[in-house]
Amino acid sequence: MPALILTNLSKSYGNMPAVSDVSLTAEYGELVCLLGPSGCGKTTLLRLIAGLEFPDSGTIAFDGVDLRGVAPHMRGFGLMFQDLALFPHMDVYRNVGFGLRMQGVAAAEIRRRADELLELVDLAGFGDRKVHELSGGERQRVALARSLAPEPKLLMLDEPLGSLDRVLRESLQSEVRSILKEVGVMAIHVTHDREEAYAIADTIVMMDRGSLVQAGSPEALYKDPANELVARSLGVRNIVSGTLARADGPAQVVCALGTLAVGWPVPSEVPVGGDVLALIDERTVSVIPARDAITSAGSTLAGTITAREFRGGESALHVSVGDGTIVCLVVSRDAGTAAQVGDEVSVVVPPEAVRLLARGGP
Amino acid sequence: MTASRLLILGPVAFLAVFFLYPLVAILARSFSGGALGLESFSGLLGDSYYLGRIWFTTWQAALSTLLTMVLGLPAAYLFARHEFPGKTVLKALTTLPFIMPTIVVAMGFIALLGPQGLVNTALTGLLGPDTPQVRLTNTLVIIFMAHAFYNYAIVVRIVSAFWANLTPRFGESAAMLGAGRVRTFFHVTLPLLLPSLWSSAVLVFVFSFTSFGVVLVLGGPRFATLEVEIYQLTVKLFRLELAGALAMVQLVFTYVVLLVYARLQERSTVTITLVPHEAVTRRKKSWRDMLVVTGIVVALLIVLSPLWALVERAATAGGGYSTANFTGLFVNESGSYFYASPFRVIWNSIRFALASMTIAMLVGTAVAYLLARPRRRASALDALFMMPLGVSAVTLGFGFLIALNRPPLDLRGSWLILVIAHSLVAYPFVIRSLLPVLRGMPGHLKESAAMLGATPLSVFIHIELPIVARALLVGATFAFAVSMGEFGASMLLVRPEFATIPVAIFRLLSQPGASNLGQALAMSSLLMAVVALGFVVIERFRYREVGGF
Amino acid sequence: MLVAMITVACGGDEDNELVIMSHDSFNISDEVIQEFEQANDATIVIQQAGDAGEALVRAILEKGNPSADLLYGIDNTYLGRALDEEIFDTYKSDLLDLVPDKYRLDASNHVTPIDYGYVNLNYDVAFLAANNMSPPTTLEELTGPDWAGSLVVENPATSSPGLAFLIATVSYFGEDDDYDYLDFWADLKANDVLVKDGWSDAYYTDFTHYGGDRPLVVSYATSPAAEFFFSADPIDAPPTANILIDKATFLQIEGIGILKGANSTNLAKKFIDFALDTRFQEDFPDKMFVYPVNRNASTPDFFVWAEQPKYPADIGAAEIGEKREAWLQAWTEVVLR
Repeated sequence: MPALILTNLSKSYGNMPAVSDVSLTAEYGELVCLLGPSGCGKTTLLRLIAGLEFPDSGTIAFDGVDLRGVAPHMRGFGLMFQDLALFPHMDVYRNVGFGLRMQGVAAAEIRRRADELLELVDLAGFGDRKVHELSGGERQRVALARSLAPEPKLLMLDEPLGSLDRVLRESLQSEVRSILKEVGVMAIHVTHDREEAYAIADTIVMMDRGSLVQAGSPEALYKDPANELVARSLGVRNIVSGTLARADGPAQVVCALGTLAVGWPVPSEVPVGGDVLALIDERTVSVIPARDAITSAGSTLAGTITAREFRGGESALHVSVGDGTIVCLVVSRDAGTAAQVGDEVSVVVPPEAVRLLARGGP
Repeated sequence: MTASRLLILGPVAFLAVFFLYPLVAILARSFSGGALGLESFSGLLGDSYYLGRIWFTTWQAALSTLLTMVLGLPAAYLFARHEFPGKTVLKALTTLPFIMPTIVVAMGFIALLGPQGLVNTALTGLLGPDTPQVRLTNTLVIIFMAHAFYNYAIVVRIVSAFWANLTPRFGESAAMLGAGRVRTFFHVTLPLLLPSLWSSAVLVFVFSFTSFGVVLVLGGPRFATLEVEIYQLTVKLFRLELAGALAMVQLVFTYVVLLVYARLQERSTVTITLVPHEAVTRRKKSWRDMLVVTGIVVALLIVLSPLWALVERAATAGGGYSTANFTGLFVNESGSYFYASPFRVIWNSIRFALASMTIAMLVGTAVAYLLARPRRRASALDALFMMPLGVSAVTLGFGFLIALNRPPLDLRGSWLILVIAHSLVAYPFVIRSLLPVLRGMPGHLKESAAMLGATPLSVFIHIELPIVARALLVGATFAFAVSMGEFGASMLLVRPEFATIPVAIFRLLSQPGASNLGQALAMSSLLMAVVALGFVVIERFRYREVGGF
Repeated sequence: MLVAMITVACGGDEDNELVIMSHDSFNISDEVIQEFEQANDATIVIQQAGDAGEALVRAILEKGNPSADLLYGIDNTYLGRALDEEIFDTYKSDLLDLVPDKYRLDASNHVTPIDYGYVNLNYDVAFLAANNMSPPTTLEELTGPDWAGSLVVENPATSSPGLAFLIATVSYFGEDDDYDYLDFWADLKANDVLVKDGWSDAYYTDFTHYGGDRPLVVSYATSPAAEFFFSADPIDAPPTANILIDKATFLQIEGIGILKGANSTNLAKKFIDFALDTRFQEDFPDKMFVYPVNRNASTPDFFVWAEQPKYPADIGAAEIGEKREAWLQAWTEVVLR
C-alpha cells in the first residue's frame, strides 16, 4: 500500500482556489517532484500535507492513518522552506540537533547524529559556526541536515535551491538526490525548474492552477505529455498546431512548417482532419546546408536560419520553415563550418521526432 | 557624507542645548554653596536613610518591570499574531493608562479597589455584609499593580510591533521539527524577541525607577523613591546641594543601568528576516485560537478596569447617572480668569503633543539610525542618548528655568519650553522602538544611513519603510502619549492660555467639593477619549503595504 | 524659522505688561482683572508655577532676572526663606491700614498680606454618625483606641497644610515638655496614622467621604463650606465639618511681593493697592476659599459654614523661619523612618 495517499484535496483562499481536487499517492523511499508555474498550488499542497494549512475538503492519509486534526509537530514530517529559516540565534550544531532535542534524545546522541549528518552533507567540522557566517550553499546543506536529523517519515522541500546560482544549484541537485536516496527517505520536492525535477525526481507531478495535470516518470512525461502545458513545462520548444492528414501508414500532419510524417501512434480521439498539436523533438532533427544531398529518411523542409543560440557544446538554431519556425539543437562546430544566421538550410525531420497531441486540452 | 554628518550633528546639538546645558546649569547652581558638593556626597552615602531609599527604588523598579513584562507579553502576542474586529480600538485603549495623570489613576484604583470601591461593594452585595474586604490601598502590592498598569503598554506596543514583523517561518520550521506551540515559543520565538524585550524592559525599569506620583499617591511617603526625595529637598527643604547630589546619583545609576541594557540588547540582536506583516488570518482559526484570543481580550479589559471605574464615576452625579459633570465643564460659573474651556484645553494639549511628537520623531529616528550602524562604543552612546529619561524631572525643570532665561533663548513663558521638555522625554521611546528593527534588518544600513532626504530614497521607501513603518508608528504613538500625559513638566507651564488637560484636571482637584471631583473625572474621561482617538488616527497612517494591521 | 518661532513665543517685557507669578491655587474672576487692565491701560499675565513651594524656588532661582514682576503666594510658613533670599523689594501700600494687626504678615513690608485661612481637621459627618461617634475635642484623643486608623495627614515636607498642621502641634504640645509634639506624633504613628504626599491625595483618595477609609483629614476651615458650594445636588448642610480645637488650628496668611529686578515696578505697586481694595478682596473668597484681610470686605453667604477658630496656634513667622527645617527633620525621623 502506498505510504502517502491524498484524496480529492481542495483548498481555497476566499474565492481563489489554490488546490482543486488533487489526488495523489507516493511510496516509501520515492522522490516525488511537484512541478508547475508559480501560483499553481504546489506550495499550498505541501503546506496541507505538513498540516500548516487545513484543507476545505478531501483527506490526507499516511500509513493508513487519516491526518485530519493531527498538529504539524505531531506528524513526523519534515519541511525545508524556500528561505531555509535557519534559527539565527543558534549555531549549526543546535540548528541541526533541534529536532532531536524536541524528541528528547540525549545530548551525546544528538551530537553524534549531528556530526553524522554534517558529514553526509559534506559540512564536517562546521558545527560551531554561526548561521550568519555561512555561505548560501552551506546554509542549504545545513537546512537539509536539520530536516533529515529527526528521521522524518516524509521530507518536503519547498524550492530549496531556488535562491542559488546556477552552478551551485546544479551541483547541489545531484547531491540532494544522492543524499535522499542514501538515507532512503520519502520526499516531495517542489520546484518550478524542470532541470531540477529531472535531476531529482523518481516521479514528476505536474500541476496547473491548482489541479493535477499529469504524474509519471520524467521520461514518460517528456515523451508522452498529456497536454501542451506539460510539454512546454518539460522543455519541448517545437509545438505547432496542425491538422491530421492521415491517421496511419504512416500518419501525416499538415502544419505551418509543412507536411510531416508522424512516427508515434496518433491519439485515437482525433479524427482525420481534426486539430492536433505536433511536438517535434529538437534533438532528433538535423540541419544540413541546403545544397547538400539528403540521405536520411524523413520529411525535409527548406528554410533559413533566423537565430542561433550558442550554448557551449550545443547550439540551438532557429530555422524559418514554411510559415513557422523550428528549433533545432545541433552540435556546435568550429567557426569555419558552423551554420550562420541567414544561411539556407534543409531541416530533416525524421518521423520518430514527431508526436501528436489532441488539441484543445486543458 | 554631509547628510550623515547632519544626522549626527542635529540630535547632538538639540541635546546639548536643551538637555546638557540646563542640567549643568542647575547642578552648578546646586553645588555653588559648598565645596563642590563633595560634602553632600559623603553625607549622602553615609546616611543609611538615603541608601535605603536608593535600594528601595531599585528593587521595586526591578519587580515592577518583571510584573509588567509578564503582563504585557500575552497582549503583545495577541496584537502581533491575530486579527479580530475592534483590534485598533482595543490597542488604543490598552495604551491609555500610560498617559493618565497619577492622581487620576489613583482615583481610578480607589474607585475600583478602595474601601468603598466597586469590588468591595460587589463582594458585600453578593456575599453578605461580613465578607472580608479587599484592603490593598497604601500597600506595596497596589504600587506594583499601578506600575504595571501604567507601563505595560510600553511592552505591548514595542514587542508586538517587532513580533508582527517576525517571519512566521521560524515557528513553522520549529513545528516541522517536532516542537509544539509552547516549546516553539520558548526555544525559538522568545530568543528572537529578545531585542524588543530588552528595549521595553529598560524603558519600564527607568520609568519605575524614576516614578514619582504613583508611588506617593497610592502608597504614601513610606515608599518614597529617589525622585521624591529630590523633589522634597529641592522644593520644600531648599537644600539644593543635597538635591543636586541625589540627582547626580540618580543620573549615574540610570546611566549604568542603561549601559548594561544597551550592551545586552546589542548582543542579543541577530540579523533575522523581518518581513512586512502578512495577514495571519490565512490560516483558519482553530477553536483553541479563538479561546486564547478571547481570554487575552477579556484579561486586557480587566486590566483597564480602573479606567472604567473612573468613567463610571464621572458619569454619576447626585446618586444616578447624568451628564452634569461633563456639561459643567463648559460653564465658567465663577467667572474665573483662569477658566479655560474644554475646547481650548483639548486643543492646546493636542497641538503641543503634535509639535513635540514631530521633534521627538526627528531626533529619535536620527539617533536610532546613528546607533544602528555597527560601531565601537555603540552601547555607551546608546545609554547617553537615553539619559533624559533618567534625569530627575524636577532637576531638569528648574535647570530649564535658569538656563533658558536670556535671549535668544529666553523661553520662560513660552509654549516652546513645554514642547521641548516633552520631546526630551519622548524621543527615547522612538529610539527604543526603532532600534531593534533597524538592527535586525539585514544589509541596507549604509544606504539607510542617509535617510533624511538623501539617496537612495527609493530603496528606503520600497524596502525599508514597510518594515520600519510599524516601529515608527509605535514611536510616534508614544511621543504623542508622553506629551499628552505631561510628565512633571507642569511647573514649566505658565500662561493660562496654554493650559492643557492635565493642568485643568489638577486645578479642579485642588479644591474640595463633589462637583469639582466630578468635573475632574469628566475631564479625565475627555482626556482618555482624545488620546484614544489620537492613537486610532495615528494607526491609520500605517504604510499601506504593511498589510492587515 | 526656528529662531523666529522662539522670538515670537517669548513675548517681551514691556512697561505696560504686568506679569504675576502665583501658585496653582490662585483664582480670581476675569472681570476684576479686566477692570485693572482698563483702569491702568495695561495687560496682565498671570503665570501659575506649581504649588507655593515650587513658585518660591523658582523665584529664588531667577533672582536678579525674574520672569515676573510680582510673586503671589508667600505665606507665613515660607516668609522666612523668602526674606533670607532677598528676592523682594519693599512696598508699603496705603491700604495696609485697613488690615488688622494680626494679619500683618511682614513687618518689613517685603510681602503684603492679601488673604488668610485656617488649617485644621475635618471630619466626615455621615461616617461618624453611622458609627455613633462624636468628633474629638482634644488632640490627645487621636492617639487613643477609638481613633486608631482614622486619621490621614499630609507630609509636612511636601504639603503646605501638612506643614501648617505640624506647626500647630508644636504650638499645642510644645517642644521641650514631658510630652512634646514628637511624642504625640510617635503615638499617632503607633495609632496607624496615614501620611500622604499632598492635600488632593489625602482628601480625594483616603478621606471616607470620597471612598477612602479615614474619616478624619487635615484640611481647611473653609472646606466644609466648599463642599456645600460645590455639591452635586442641593443639600441642607455640608457633608463634612470642622474640628476646631484651641491651638490645634493654624492661621495661614498669604501675601504678594514685588520681585527685585522687575520691569514694571509702578504697575506692580498699583496692583498691590488694587489687591487690597474691596473689589478684589470680595471677589476671591468664593474662588479660593480664603478670607480677605481687608476689614471692610465681606464674605459670601455660604461662608457661614466656615467657622473661624478663636485660638489658632501662636507661632510667629520668624520662629517658623528659624525652626522649620529642624521640625521637619525631627518629624520625618519619628514618623517616616
